[in-house]
Amino acid sequence: MSPFTKIGAVASIEFRVALRNRWLILATGVMTLFSLALTFSGAGGLELKAGILTLAAASLATLSVYLIPLIALLISYDSIAGEVERGTMALVLATPISRGALLTGKALGLIAVLAIAIAASLTISSAAAIFAYGMDMSGLAAIVRLGLTGLLLGAVFVAIGLMISVASPRAGQAAAVAIGVWLVATVLYDLALLAGILADKDGAFTKALFPYFVTANPGDAFRIFNLAGLENAAPVSGLDGIANTLPFSANYALAGLFAWLVAALAAGYFQIRRLTP
Amino acid sequence: MTAETSILEIDGVGVTFADLKALQDVSFDVAPGEKLALLGHNGAGKSTLFKCVLGFLKPAAGRITVAGDAPGSDHARRSVSYLPEQVAFPRMLTGIEIITYFARLKSVDPREALPLLDLVGLSQAGRRRVGDYSKGMRQRLGLAQALIGKPDLLLLDEPTSGLDPVSRREFYEIIDRVAQGGAAVLLSSHALTEVEGHVDRIAILSKGRMVADGTIKALAEAARLPITIRIKAREGQADALSDRFGGKRINGRSVELSCEPAGKVDLVGRLTERREEIDDIDIALPSLDDIYRFYSNRAETGDAA
Repeated sequence: MSPFTKIGAVASIEFRVALRNRWLILATGVMTLFSLALTFSGAGGLELKAGILTLAAASLATLSVYLIPLIALLISYDSIAGEVERGTMALVLATPISRGALLTGKALGLIAVLAIAIAASLTISSAAAIFAYGMDMSGLAAIVRLGLTGLLLGAVFVAIGLMISVASPRAGQAAAVAIGVWLVATVLYDLALLAGILADKDGAFTKALFPYFVTANPGDAFRIFNLAGLENAAPVSGLDGIANTLPFSANYALAGLFAWLVAALAAGYFQIRRLTP
Repeated sequence: MTAETSILEIDGVGVTFADLKALQDVSFDVAPGEKLALLGHNGAGKSTLFKCVLGFLKPAAGRITVAGDAPGSDHARRSVSYLPEQVAFPRMLTGIEIITYFARLKSVDPREALPLLDLVGLSQAGRRRVGDYSKGMRQRLGLAQALIGKPDLLLLDEPTSGLDPVSRREFYEIIDRVAQGGAAVLLSSHALTEVEGHVDRIAILSKGRMVADGTIKALAEAARLPITIRIKAREGQADALSDRFGGKRINGRSVELSCEPAGKVDLVGRLTERREEIDDIDIALPSLDDIYRFYSNRAETGDAA
């Protein structure tokens, strides 16, 4: 039997546990509510000549930066620390599964939860918008792009959540660290960048460093990539307005997300090899 | 026992946590088909030793081989099955899902593993969630999990604690069958009385040191614990008996004597010469708990061999 069978077994169990703990229904419900609300609240701006789905994609890109990492961290922080604490991990580690396969399986199972939540919420809100306002092909492409990159953003934070979970001796501590990471990554980091721009009298920081700093944050990278794809068809503001004048292609933002995913999985693998249940 | 015939070899193993010597110079082997009980108080080092055999802990001294390989290696983990004390499974999963999961982790076809649920008496409960299982049912599920894929070595950490006497007997019947099939069994326990009649050999750990290794019979003989003979004297004869044989007066009419195992027949012979003074005789051999206490205490007073 190949290692893929074992990875599949771990992923399937991880998915079932998330399903029975109501994480899947909760994540799907919350995301559907938000995407419906943002899609229809954006409909007031239809005289801007942008399609309904294009506007929705712009609003969703801004909101997803908070919501997707939060859900990803919530479903992953307990995954390993909790199993060690409840005593279920020792049995698994005594079986001939490699630690890398275990980590990969857990990540895949949790990413599947996010994939369903993202796909269901975007399908429901887009179908409702098309039904109410008619078809918007370019907007639909933007929504698909948003969904796929949103899943990548979620995968990055699942990997970060698993890394935190491996490194924490207790699930409670993992939860505290996960919330701290979410706060820094989605709120405080951007505030610090804004403060940097405001304090920057001659514009050196804004021109030379800001584009790199903003792309280095996975949430900002996700938002920049999606908003750049809308080609100014939708109104943007704040950091994103500045980010639209990047000195490099927005594809680098996407590459940055992949780099985060690889780095977080590698760090998790390094930690799980030293885990003693 | 030679190296070729042992499935588990533990040679001079030492483990230290900070300033605590959890294990010191522990050595023993387990052969295929052999059932060995590892006895010790809480904190004697039983679970630490199990963690070393599983490869979770690296001993600071000595060497362990499992099926000829290093603990934790792929081959070693294929050969060993583990049942931890207080076994736990994800509460939201059913018994069938757990067995299917562990079968896949052990590269065994789940269809071959699922009949194990019948073997441990859980066929009715297979579709129920583990969160609703009693402690005994979880322990049975743990045993079924450990039996997946016919392991060469079963590591059972206090497997029968929390089981009722009927379940306990069924548990040992399954272990017997598995050992007859050629698997080696290493199980830990608090009490010698628990494992009596169920294992071939016992090893006693005390404060991280091995203080005994052998059959219960051999250990009992080597301990040379005194036999207690309690004599109930006829009316008014207790003083006379006590003067003649010594011993301890109890309850007014009884005298308690103790003697070496070798002197038992001789003493009983001398007692029967005075049978007109004696109402009744009780002979109490040293109990298993006495034997266990003897070896444990010997280590604590510092004359461990």
